[in-house]
Amino acid sequence: MRDPLSKTVAEIKPSGIRKFFDIVSEMKDAISLGVGEPDFDTPWHIREEGIYSLEKGRTFYTSNAGLKELKQEIARYHMRHNNISYDYNHQVLVTVGGSEAIDIGLRAMCEPGDEVLIPQPSYVSYEPCAILAGAKPVIIDLKAENEFRLMPQELEEKITEKTKILILPFPNNPTGAIMERADLEAIAKVIEAHDLYVISDEIYAALTYKDKHVSIAEIPGMYERTVLINGFSKAFAMTGWRLGYACGPAPIIEQMTKIHQFAIMCAPTTSQYAAVEALRNGDDDVEEMRMAYNQRRRFLLHTFQEMGLECFEPYGAFYVFPCIKEFGMTSDEFAARFLEEEKVAVVPGTAFGDSGEGFIRISYAYSLENLKVAIGRLGHFIERLREEQKNKA
Amino acid sequence: MREELLSIIEKNSRIDTKELAVILGVEEIDVVNEMAAMEAEGLICGYHTLINWDKTSRERVSALIEVRVTPQRGQGFDSVAERIYRYPEVHAVYLISGGYDLLVTLEGKTLKEVSAFVSQKLSTLDSVLSTATHFILKKYKDHGTILEKVEDERELITP
Repeated sequence: MRDPLSKTVAEIKPSGIRKFFDIVSEMKDAISLGVGEPDFDTPWHIREEGIYSLEKGRTFYTSNAGLKELKQEIARYHMRHNNISYDYNHQVLVTVGGSEAIDIGLRAMCEPGDEVLIPQPSYVSYEPCAILAGAKPVIIDLKAENEFRLMPQELEEKITEKTKILILPFPNNPTGAIMERADLEAIAKVIEAHDLYVISDEIYAALTYKDKHVSIAEIPGMYERTVLINGFSKAFAMTGWRLGYACGPAPIIEQMTKIHQFAIMCAPTTSQYAAVEALRNGDDDVEEMRMAYNQRRRFLLHTFQEMGLECFEPYGAFYVFPCIKEFGMTSDEFAARFLEEEKVAVVPGTAFGDSGEGFIRISYAYSLENLKVAIGRLGHFIERLREEQKNKA
Repeated sequence: MREELLSIIEKNSRIDTKELAVILGVEEIDVVNEMAAMEAEGLICGYHTLINWDKTSRERVSALIEVRVTPQRGQGFDSVAERIYRYPEVHAVYLISGGYDLLVTLEGKTLKEVSAFVSQKLSTLDSVLSTATHFILKKYKDHGTILEKVEDERELITP
């Protein structure tokens, strides 16, 4: 028999998170700091709108690019928050989560052999999606000393004649890093000089703890080069609804819509109706959740300081990314032993790229009470590791 | 800081000032001063505990009573409200718009005790025109808190 599989697909490494998940799921009564989704339930008025749409029998397809009302609300949202204007009819596409937008964005824009720049540590799907789009992923290793921001010279160094797209994943999962206006202005010059396009994954845009998030599309000259991706999962605690979107130049959105039309048809109708409610009346909910995350973030950073655990201050998403290099083991070993000995699950930094080595991702999408218990165990664990090191010396 | 502080202690009055300072990102002394100021201003009126009495063996009956009253000249509803809220068994008294005037919430040991209060004390007040008593059968949610515990059903690790 012939090999039924595509070589390209078979050669893609499975997600590092998946590997660790299998170990975790074996472990009974483990507690976790390992999730990438909010601990809040979707605010009730949004859920209620989903329920209502089902009761009304709105169980049909929507148009391919999404419900008109939703696309209008998305356009208004970006006018309100970023002061950028999208024509809802030609520049907005509603997708099945931000993930789909990443996939079809790359597929719509890449020619075989094009190079896609991917700063890491970052979300797990950029690299495989670039490969599946026929492009060549080129990794930019971000550095802790820059607080994991993308520096213009780091970008410049990786650009070749074939470079076409930069993926810009900020606020960042797993590091919590953000890019402020000045950081974006600095890389915008490089992007323009080399005639690149940007796929800006801003799924955590609503969750920043310094100034308000700035989109690269706001920077002069970038609007026409940027596909902005966002969604409802993180801001409105709607992960399971699977709803995201892309905004950008009409010719790109048009081709993305074509792929979406053939592969997906349309995003779930119930979720779209719920999302209209989220954008119309959800700002207060987002603010309340953001405030709670910020309190937890401060708690973690304070506790790390007390423990003497090295960690830069992250201002976005709901992750902290402490450095565990002092213990002389890999991130994988650290996470495996922490799970084994203290029954707490964290994600090794290497699940997000090789440059995550020496770090672990800790999520604060947990109540303060849960965080206290889990961080107490982290305290025990690193005490013990330090003891061990002393004895060895 | 005031608003954020209040929103935290409204949900958790046991949180200590040291921890409050950490999660608010301020000095502990500022938290202590702010709370003292708000207590002095009568902005913070007390620190209570939310108890699900159904889980204890103690028998308690709660009731909501709608009260229609005649307002007093020059004092409106205030003086009759005061005569009602002075009773220690009365938990809350609200002036209400709509079909009746005062909403009184009450706790007693038994149905009898509550009924006795209504018939002997409340309805005998001069300005009380009528009462309607509703006994509470089950509390699902109280003070913004759902009383049934919910489990975290998320996977332990997600990207």
